[in-house]
Amino acid sequence: MTTASLVSDLVTSFKATARIVIVGASLAGLRAAEALRDEGFTGSLTLIGDEVHEPYDRPPLSKQVLKGWVPAENTKLPRMRAIDADWRLGVAATGLDRANREVLLANGEKVPYDRLLIATGVRSRQWFNPDEAKLGGLFTLRTCDDAAKLQEALQARPSRALIVGAGFIGSEMASVCRDLGLEVTVAERSTAPLVGALGGVIGDIAAKMQRDAGVDLRTNVSVEALEGDAGGHVRRARLSDGTTLDVDVVVASLGSIRNIEWLDGAQLAAGFWGVACDAGCRAFDINGVVTDTIFVAGDIARAPHVLYEYQFLSIEHVDAAVLGAQTAAHNMVNLETNRRPHLPLPQFWSAQFGVNIKGVGVCSFADEIVFTQGSPEDLRFVAAYGRKGRIVAAVSFNHGKWLDYYAAMIERSAPFPPPPPGYDLPTNAEPMPARFRDLREPTGLPDVVLTGHDPTSRGAEFRPKRPKSEGANS
Amino acid sequence: MMTPEAAWAEAMRFENRANPFPFFDELRRTPVARVHDDLYVVTGYRELRTLLHDPRLSADASRSPLMAKTTPAAPDDLAVGYAPKQSFIASDPPEHDRMRRQVMRHFAPPHSPGLIPGTEPDIQQLCNDLLDTVRAKGDNRFDVVDEYAYPVPVSVICKIMGVPVEDEPRFHTWIFGVLAGIDLSPDAATEEGRARAATGRAAGAAFRQYLRELIDGYAQEPGPGLISSLLHDDGPDGPMSAEEVVPNAQLMFVAGHDSTVNTIAHCVLTTLRNPGSLDLLRSRPELIPRAIEETLRLQSAVQFFPTRSAAADIEVGGTVIPAGAAVILLYGAANRDPVRFPNPNQFNPEREDNQHVGWGGGIHSCVGGPLARLEVNLAFENFIRRVENPRLVQDPPPYRRSPMFRGPQHLWVEFDGIAV
Repeated sequence: MTTASLVSDLVTSFKATARIVIVGASLAGLRAAEALRDEGFTGSLTLIGDEVHEPYDRPPLSKQVLKGWVPAENTKLPRMRAIDADWRLGVAATGLDRANREVLLANGEKVPYDRLLIATGVRSRQWFNPDEAKLGGLFTLRTCDDAAKLQEALQARPSRALIVGAGFIGSEMASVCRDLGLEVTVAERSTAPLVGALGGVIGDIAAKMQRDAGVDLRTNVSVEALEGDAGGHVRRARLSDGTTLDVDVVVASLGSIRNIEWLDGAQLAAGFWGVACDAGCRAFDINGVVTDTIFVAGDIARAPHVLYEYQFLSIEHVDAAVLGAQTAAHNMVNLETNRRPHLPLPQFWSAQFGVNIKGVGVCSFADEIVFTQGSPEDLRFVAAYGRKGRIVAAVSFNHGKWLDYYAAMIERSAPFPPPPPGYDLPTNAEPMPARFRDLREPTGLPDVVLTGHDPTSRGAEFRPKRPKSEGANS
Repeated sequence: MMTPEAAWAEAMRFENRANPFPFFDELRRTPVARVHDDLYVVTGYRELRTLLHDPRLSADASRSPLMAKTTPAAPDDLAVGYAPKQSFIASDPPEHDRMRRQVMRHFAPPHSPGLIPGTEPDIQQLCNDLLDTVRAKGDNRFDVVDEYAYPVPVSVICKIMGVPVEDEPRFHTWIFGVLAGIDLSPDAATEEGRARAATGRAAGAAFRQYLRELIDGYAQEPGPGLISSLLHDDGPDGPMSAEEVVPNAQLMFVAGHDSTVNTIAHCVLTTLRNPGSLDLLRSRPELIPRAIEETLRLQSAVQFFPTRSAAADIEVGGTVIPAGAAVILLYGAANRDPVRFPNPNQFNPEREDNQHVGWGGGIHSCVGGPLARLEVNLAFENFIRRVENPRLVQDPPPYRRSPMFRGPQHLWVEFDGIAV
C-alpha cells in the first residue's frame, strides 16, 4: 500500500467511525454539524446545548421580536440539511476531561469524543449587585427567553425604561422603545453610544440620532444603584452624577461574558477573551501549543488575524460564526495537507432609529477615520477607518451598497485615506482621529505563571485572581 | 484572434444580435478591454462586480463621452421648452439616491409593500385571457412576443404608472424607435444608421412630450398611479419636479416594458431550445424561478447601460481605465464568464450559486426586479402549464435592433393545443 492510499483510508474510516461532539447548540454549533455532514462525516454526532430551544437566530431578538412583530419562538434557524445528530438540549456541559476525551454534563453523564468543537458562545453580563439583580423589571437580552420577557414588559407600557449601556444592542433596544412610543433613558459610561465599536466620531452621530428620536441619552454616567418597591419591583435608579430616575423597566446591556467556566481545569488557553485557537480553528492549550482534537468556533473563538497584525481577535458576528463553524468542521475531518484557514473579513450590521448601519473590518483597530461618501448630517454616508496609513475598516449609515468597494480595499491593505469618489463628496473629507478608548485599560485577566525549571517540565498555570487588598499587600 | 476593437464592433452589429456571445468571449480575453481611446468594455465577472461598487465610476450620462457622441442634445427637447434632466439610472448620488427613494416610496417596501404583490391577480387573469385568445383562434402556432409576452408587462406598468393603456400603440412606436436609434456599431455611420438615429431622437422627443402633457395633467389634478404620487409626494424628500418626473417615468416605462417582454420570450426560447428542459420544468415546477434566473444569466435582458464613465483613473483587472473614458459594463458577457460559471453556455435550471449580474448590482441594481420576477414567473408558468407540446418554428428567431435591450422581435411557436 502506498502512503497516499493509507492516508486516504485513514480519512475515509475516520469519517465513517469517529465520534464528534459539539458543545454549544446555537448558530456556530448547528452550522458546524451541517458542514460535517456535507463533508461526508457519517460517524456519531452529538450536539450539547444548555438552552432547551432548538438553535435560533439572535439578531432579530433586539429588533423585530422586541417590537412585537415576530414572536420570540418564531426565530428558529433555518436548517440547511438533515444532520442526524444526538441532540442534548437543556443540559449544560460542566467539564472537559481531555485525558479521557470526555465532555462532562450537568446530569452526570460523560460523552466521549474523538473531535470536540467548543461553540459555547457568550452570555449577558448580569447586574453587578446581586441583591438588586433579583428585582422584578430588570432584564438582560441575549436569549429568546430574555427577549420574550422583555417584550412582554414593554408591551405593558412602562412609564419609563432605562437602558444601561449604549452598545449596538442597547441602542437597538432604545430605538424599539421609541418606535413603541415609550419614554426611554439610555445611560452610557463613555462619551457617546457605539463608541467601543465605532469610535467617538461616529459615536457623536449616534448620540444625535438618539436624541433626535427622543431618547433621554445620558453619557459619561453610570448607574450606581437600583431601588425597588415593597413588591420587589424596580422603581428608581441612582446615577453617578447624583440624579435619580423613576423607572419601571431596566435593561442591563453591559456586554458579554465568554462561557468558559466549563473548561476550568482543562488546560486550554481559555480566559476572559475566549478560547484561543489558530486560524484553522484548532484550540491552543494553556502553553500556547496547538491541540489536534479540539476546535473552536463562534463568539467564543479568538484567533490571530493576518490583516490585523496577527493579533488574536474575537469576531462576534453572524457570518464569522458560520464561516468559522464550516472551517472547523472541514478541518476536524481532514489531515494537515487539506486544512483550510478561517480568515473572515468581519462584517456586521445594525438597525436603529430608522438607519441601517453596516460595517466591514475591525473599526476599533483604527486610529483615524475619514468620511468618504455622502452626508453625515443626513445620516447617509460611508466612513473609512485607517491605521498607520492603511485602511482597516469602513462603516456605512444607509449606504451599505458601497461596502464591497471598501471590503476589497481592506483585504488588499490599501492606503488610507482611500481615493476620493467621483461624486457625493462629504463636506468634510479630511481624516481625523477616530477616538477609540485606550485598549490598554486593565481587564480582569487571570494571572498566568510559568512553572518548572527543567526545559522539558516547563509549563503554564492559571492562578486564581487575588482580591485587590491581598494584591496590594504582597 | 480578434482585436478588442473588432470584437466590440462585431458584438454590437445587428447581424450578430441573436448570438453575440463568441464576440463577448473574444473581448473577455482582456476582462477590461480598451476598444477606443475613450471607451472600455468590461466582460469579466469579478472585474464587473468590482466596478459596480466603485464610487469613482459615474453613471451620470452628462459625464459620458459615449453619450455625448450617440445622443447629442435633441433640438426637439429644447423646442418643448424645458431643460432635459436625467433619470436616476443615469445620475450619481446624491441626486440618484434622492430620486430613487422618491420612486421607491410608491413602488416597494417598506412604504408600499402591497403594490407589487397586488398586481398578481391581474397578471394571472391576463395570461389566461391571452392564451384563451390564442386557443379561440384555432391555429396551431402563435407569436409568443406579440400575442403573449408583450401585453402582460405593458398593461401592468400602465396601471402602476397611471398611463392610459389605450395610448399603447403610440408609445409602443416611440419606445421601439428610441431603442432602435441607439447603435454602437459601425453601422451607425451609414445612411440608414443616421436615419434610425434621427427617427429615434424624434420618437424620444414625442414620447417625452406625451409624458409631459400627462404629467402636467396630473400636476393640475391628482390621479391614480406613480406619476401623480411623485408629483404630489409629501414624503421626507418632498414632491418630484415635473422636469424630473419626465425622464424617470420614461425610464420606468421603457424598463418595465421591454426588458420584461424580452425575458419572457427568452425563457420560452431557451427552454424550447434545450431538449428535456420543458419536461423537467413541467414535472418540477418549483424549478421555474431558477430557470428564469438561469435564462437571465444566459440572455441578460439588459446587456449593458451606456451612461457610465470613469471619474478618475481606475485600475481593475490589470487595466487602468483613464479618467473621462466611457465604461461599458457588459452584463451579458460577465454572466458567461467561465472563471465564475462552470459550463457558462449551458442552460442548467438546477445551477448552484447562480449569482448572475442580470439585475445589475450596487446602487443601480434593478428597481423593477421584484415586479419583473412576478410577471415572468406567472407568464412562464402559465405557458408551461397550458401550451401543449410547443416547438420553435425558427431558431434563432428574428431579433430587435437594440444591443442593450436584447430580445426576439417575434417568437413563433407551434403547438398541439392549449389546455383549458
